Amino acid sequence: MGTMLFEAGLTSGDSPERWNVERPDVIRGVHRAYQAAGSRILLTNTFGGNRFRLALHGLETRVPELNEAAARLAAEVAHAPGGNAVVAGDIGPSGGILAPLGDLERHDAVKGFAEQAAALHAGGVDVFWIETMSALEEVEAALEGVRQVAPGMPVVITLSFDTHGHTMMGVSPEQAAKELTALGAAAVGGNCGLGPAELLPAMVAMHATVPDAVLVAKPNAGLPVLEDGRAVYRGSPEEMADYARRLTAAGVRIIGACCGSAPAHLRAMAEALGVTA
Amino acid sequence: MSDLSQLPLEELLEQIQDNLYGGQPEPVVAGVHELLRRGLTPYDALTKGLIAGMDVVGEDFRTGKLFVPQVLMAAKAMKAGMEVLRPLLAETGAPRIGTLVIGTVKGDIHDIGKNLVGMMMEGAGFQVVNLGINTDVEKFLHAVREHAADILGMSALLTTTMPYMRVVIQALKESGLREKLIVLVGGAPLNADFAKQIGADAYCRDAAKAVETAKRLMAEKMGGALV
Repeated sequence: MGTMLFEAGLTSGDSPERWNVERPDVIRGVHRAYQAAGSRILLTNTFGGNRFRLALHGLETRVPELNEAAARLAAEVAHAPGGNAVVAGDIGPSGGILAPLGDLERHDAVKGFAEQAAALHAGGVDVFWIETMSALEEVEAALEGVRQVAPGMPVVITLSFDTHGHTMMGVSPEQAAKELTALGAAAVGGNCGLGPAELLPAMVAMHATVPDAVLVAKPNAGLPVLEDGRAVYRGSPEEMADYARRLTAAGVRIIGACCGSAPAHLRAMAEALGVTA
Repeated sequence: MSDLSQLPLEELLEQIQDNLYGGQPEPVVAGVHELLRRGLTPYDALTKGLIAGMDVVGEDFRTGKLFVPQVLMAAKAMKAGMEVLRPLLAETGAPRIGTLVIGTVKGDIHDIGKNLVGMMMEGAGFQVVNLGINTDVEKFLHAVREHAADILGMSALLTTTMPYMRVVIQALKESGLREKLIVLVGGAPLNADFAKQIGADAYCRDAAKAVETAKRLMAEKMGGALV
């Protein structure tokens, strides 16, 4: 989503979530393009939609409005006649570190995530999607927040394995697989972080640890390289399609793409997996 | 805890370093007091105890043996030891290690990596002025002047905010502040080429690299007389 919004003119320092109310046409268009490419899960444009992140743009009082609007936009596309996707309410990290290690008190974190989840729920999401997490403590806080407002809804949880095969906070894929399934997540896995080549071994490790778990892999479109001071993701649709096959062979059941991806990547991946749009 | 006063110096230093590694502030403080009681200068207590200990933490962080939580715990223990030493260092006229002003550039709100660099630099004995996130040119320039900074560290996690580093460096040049200053940059999307293009002194891949680079460039700046 972010990559597409930057293509559409979102500038640095802007809040992508603001576009859920200011440029709903653009957001709807991105969802439509992904659905047409073969995506069966549409993530709401709410990755930075918790109050901790929105506060950095002075938008912390607009959590309900921006998240509910985002869910409705995705639902309008997915639940329209002919629509065939589910809507996943995207919840990203707070950007802080939980106490006692950091400054974010657990009950504040839970409250913040619950506030976001309530708005996503009101907007009609089918599943919650907690992603790019690094710390298990924060995952637990987010999950508690979701369960307070939407008990019984399925929750998918994925971490970012970007530091020596672990998350930044030192969680290994094996530990993640064990602890996230124990928390009752409907599906678990990895997203963002580095490229698909780096995510593959993490998924192999998760599958070996919990063979019965539904695994999710949502890598970036390759590693970013700098061109004239701009980061460009060079992972081609073909490369992503190749990794979609390899990840599936490694036991992954839900495949997606994160930073740097566009509908062309998803189309190639869907075709590689035999999904028809 | 064993009776510190009975430990040979080598073992005492080792114990302080182990306690730093394990993120135990109280034993670190007790160890520092014991070093001072034995007549070590505050500067020696700093370099041979705390900084030497944080060097190991930095190295193990670099190689993936330690992760952010352990480094944060170690940095907290280091800070506790440093609080004992800081006033004494000033009184005894100990060699100055250097002052770092650090911030995430305008438009960018990411601060975990930048804070980690700040803590590791404190761990290496530097005075650190952390300007936080979304820092504009005026704020950087003001802090560099006010604190007579030796080093300026700038961080950006977004490809769209990286170019702002060039704007800050340009303003430093125009204000006559650039020449005496060491400028270090870091953040996930950067690389050494970019640092060179915008006129920074170095790109630092991670917090351990930032400390190593800062020490090296400070030593060059001061004529090779440092830690």
